[in-house]
Amino acid sequence: MIRVTAVSKQYAGGREAALQKASFEVRKGEFFCVLGPSGCGKTTLINIIAGFVKASSGQVLFDGKPVDGPCRDRIVVFQEHNLFDWMSVAANVEFGLKAKGVPAAERCRIAGEFIDLVHLKGFETAYPASLSGGMKQRVALARAMAVDPGCVLMDEPLGSLDSQMRERLQLEIMALWEKTKKTILMVTHDIEEAVFLSDRVALMSKAPGGISEIVNISLPRPRTAAVKATPEFQKLKRELSEKIMGDR
Amino acid sequence: MKILKKALPFFAVLLIWELLFRFGLLNEYLLPSPLSVAKAGLALAGSGELFLDLFASVKRVLAGFLAAAVFGLTLGTLSGYGRSLSDAIMPLCEFLRPIPPIAWIPIAILWFGLGDNPAYFIVFIGAFFPIFINSYWGIRESRLMHLNVARNFGASRFLVLTDVLLPGSLPRILHGLRIGLGLGWTSVISAELVGAQSGLGYMIQMNRVMLKTENIIAGMVTIGLAGLLMNYLMLLLEKRLLTWRKDTLRSAETAEA
Repeated sequence: MIRVTAVSKQYAGGREAALQKASFEVRKGEFFCVLGPSGCGKTTLINIIAGFVKASSGQVLFDGKPVDGPCRDRIVVFQEHNLFDWMSVAANVEFGLKAKGVPAAERCRIAGEFIDLVHLKGFETAYPASLSGGMKQRVALARAMAVDPGCVLMDEPLGSLDSQMRERLQLEIMALWEKTKKTILMVTHDIEEAVFLSDRVALMSKAPGGISEIVNISLPRPRTAAVKATPEFQKLKRELSEKIMGDR
Repeated sequence: MKILKKALPFFAVLLIWELLFRFGLLNEYLLPSPLSVAKAGLALAGSGELFLDLFASVKRVLAGFLAAAVFGLTLGTLSGYGRSLSDAIMPLCEFLRPIPPIAWIPIAILWFGLGDNPAYFIVFIGAFFPIFINSYWGIRESRLMHLNVARNFGASRFLVLTDVLLPGSLPRILHGLRIGLGLGWTSVISAELVGAQSGLGYMIQMNRVMLKTENIIAGMVTIGLAGLLMNYLMLLLEKRLLTWRKDTLRSAETAEA
């Protein structure tokens, strides 16, 4: 579904490449995580796949076609500040549908469905400023899913939340993924998060960032928070953390 | 309680002023006592003269302000959105902007004669620049993040303007309108000092000629109060329109508590 081939990025004036020959493939319907320390070029990678940033070399294919510019089929959920502050929760979720040309009544129905799915029923008329960080990200997730994109790209979507909220949102994202069957590509620096959510995890090395290894996460589905206490989970977590440490 | 706190400085000034007068430290022709100013004000209000002048000034400021708002908002929004337009008109604006409204009065009188027309023009000049500049920067400084989200969803340029850029820069636009109205109000008074035969500016100028200092001060107080009221109404409008802002939400919460 997404095929990244030898993608590099050198920013003008940057001393080192932000991204060095990254290659991997994300399959349809898969939950794929890119795991790496901060500053390894994860955000650059997401921005290139989304079409916001052009790669210096290499190629990104989406559904067999080269990516040139942002598209409704690849919706990004950013770390923060991505809701429209002047729109209510419902209007935020409806925005993508409005851009798509969906009639008002239909928009309202679809938005209601997704607001329900992220457990924000009753908050339709609330403004983002009155919501907690976790609620805001749930709105952003609902807005992304509502337009029925081919895949959702998540750039550290839980990066600015406290650990408790993080764990709750991980469960929500997982539930959303199971219900919508969307392809999800998420970048994160949190090993536990990557292991818990993913089918496969790509490890990214630090400066210049490239994909060093791709690890299969064979934990059974559906997963609940309890899986984190199992020896298999702990073993995978240790394995990944050693690989990342050894890389430095 | 809050209103009392705000009114306190006014009373303090009045008290000191009255005391200075009582101790014989003030020349009655230069600065009469607050009591005689109040009496003069009431007399002017009672005869209706004060309201005629107030009405004449308010009419002028509203007309000039409305024209400046329409023109400034349109031009500011368009040049904030389109690079080529802003490149073309920004240098001209930055050249015209430092010329104060008062400096336009002589040419305005030459062009439009005496009366309402030069005053409309002077108010327009005064109010236009803050409205234009603020709507320009409001659009220009829209968050890149919001624009990226809109692009990501494939929003048309029109939808980006109506649903993202304009509402996002509304706080700045409203701020510009409020500053513009305030500047328009000071401009209309200046214009009336020399170029009109009615209005509060004309009224205080006439009273200087007649050496009725208490009337001058009563007129100045009226100018101040009217300006205060206009600013308050604009702030009220901002609060009404910006319900989504954090500070508005918070003040609504405290009001409930």
